[in-house]
Amino acid sequence: MSLVISCNTKGMYGNDFPGEDPPGGLLGEVEAAEAALRAAAERGRGDAQPGDDLAAYFTEVVDADQKIEPRDWMPEAYRRTLIRQIAQHAHSEIIGMQPEGNWISRAPSLKRKAILLAKVQDEAGHGLYLYAAAETLGISRDELVDLLLDGRQKYSSIFNYPTLTWADVGTIGWLVDGAAIVNQVPLCRCSYGPYARAMIRVCKEESFHQRQGYEILYTLAHGTAAQKAMAQDSVNRWWYPSLAMFGPPDGDSTHSAQSMAWKIKRFSNDELRQRFVDMCVGQAEALGLRIPDPELRWNDERQAHDFTQPDYDELTQVIKGNGPCNRQRMEHRRRAHNEGAWVREAATAYAAKRAEKEMVTA
Amino acid sequence: MNGPFTFALALGDDSLIAAQRLAEWTTRAPEMEEDVALANIALDQLGAARLLLTYAGELEGAGRDEDALAYLRDDREFRNCLLVELPNGDFAVTMAKLLVLAAYQVPLYTALAVCPDERLAAIGAKARKESAYHLDHAMLWVKRLGDGTEESHRRMQAGVDQIWPYVDELFTTWPDAPVDPAVLRPGFDDTVTEVLTTATLTVPQVSWTPAGGRDGVHTEHLSYLLAEMQVLHRAHPGARW
Repeated sequence: MSLVISCNTKGMYGNDFPGEDPPGGLLGEVEAAEAALRAAAERGRGDAQPGDDLAAYFTEVVDADQKIEPRDWMPEAYRRTLIRQIAQHAHSEIIGMQPEGNWISRAPSLKRKAILLAKVQDEAGHGLYLYAAAETLGISRDELVDLLLDGRQKYSSIFNYPTLTWADVGTIGWLVDGAAIVNQVPLCRCSYGPYARAMIRVCKEESFHQRQGYEILYTLAHGTAAQKAMAQDSVNRWWYPSLAMFGPPDGDSTHSAQSMAWKIKRFSNDELRQRFVDMCVGQAEALGLRIPDPELRWNDERQAHDFTQPDYDELTQVIKGNGPCNRQRMEHRRRAHNEGAWVREAATAYAAKRAEKEMVTA
Repeated sequence: MNGPFTFALALGDDSLIAAQRLAEWTTRAPEMEEDVALANIALDQLGAARLLLTYAGELEGAGRDEDALAYLRDDREFRNCLLVELPNGDFAVTMAKLLVLAAYQVPLYTALAVCPDERLAAIGAKARKESAYHLDHAMLWVKRLGDGTEESHRRMQAGVDQIWPYVDELFTTWPDAPVDPAVLRPGFDDTVTEVLTTATLTVPQVSWTPAGGRDGVHTEHLSYLLAEMQVLHRAHPGARW
């Protein structure tokens, strides 16, 4: 089986848009993180020697902004936290294929159909890539998939909202991928090497996705009255759920402090949310669309925008399973998994037969 | 209608409808790697469809581009073979369909690559490489499923049996076409017979050979497929996307 995990949308479709780029992109930061990663690798770090204090050595590596690698000793809680976070990210890529996949069959031009299909395929690739990163921590993909299907691990709540119109495909690219990038760019500097490297790759591709989403909205916002209304309605529905993607406010976040110390997390939820809002304001103006927040305004003192917080009670409900599409998304995933069981069994049986034949002929 | 236009249209429609069906598997494939692979194949088919439909539009000379041809024709105006419009069925049916389509497209595009029409030759040269991968992928799965478990063997044979009546239409003689598909039949038979035999499957004997797609007389399935594909484009006449 040929496994293609490259960014389709970049090579084929990355540069043929007449529209405008979203201002304030974050690719520069990804590239800086990549350079830092290379520099750290060149500096090198000695391995722990027999008799060393492993916990002290771990702390030393993290403090020196070097990377922890799979072979290294690590605190059990660090391992568990990473598995949870990377798996949740992988699950989000896989479940996140559904809301956008919903529009592949109805994409309004062949070019848009090709771009969307390639994008959803990229997400499957990201999922596979992230599961592979999680596997370096000593857990198998099959186990992680079971945890998802049993509801014992989560995926990003944003994918429990429905894609009701074509404009939602654009808005997911602009806001949802945009928020994901703001969240993920700092992870390019995460202390765990395989995750940091995966995030650099994922962020580069996501930035193309964000650009494509922005371009869809730009075209709609400059199209017919019906198209413009479709775009504005979509932004109205996705704005607050996108803000909620950064998680609960810092005071209520349960995992933050320890993850900051371990350099798994590098900025707080509220810091990243603010960064996202500040980035979106200019982009919304360039699009000619309105962010649905009457309180949104520049605060000269803070050098940042004031804005209305998302409804965290709603977020809690969606996390608990009570969003508009939680049941549908999980049911869809379980059905695909169950209906594919006979195919996977056949592949295993065939491989075993082949191995047996090779043993006989060898 | 002139020959090359209808020919380019027929091949473009084959690829477009095949892409639409294959893309239905997205988020539903039996394993994640297969989700990626099927999307790849759908993208290849869609890419070929865009080149062929664009060229067909130019040959026609009536100002229709790829989107006008894809979105603004009704089912009676589509010229694809019936094979590609059939519902996906289970994974075995889909692999039987892909095997037949790819084993037809590989020699067709290979022959097109050296035909006198430069545009078709260029499209053929690009698409045959992609089709070779599609054929390889389908062959791998037909073998795995045919020679896998009892259940997969049963399903794969049923898939092949269900699809085989639609093979004949692909090779109906078309004398004034840049490549007459009828001459490709022996090569096709050799390819698929070898695959099915290796996969411990039986080549079906068919007595019913439905056709009509090339004349715009389709199965009931096509107009539903088009209704879904075209709904948004048609709801906003003249809009740009």
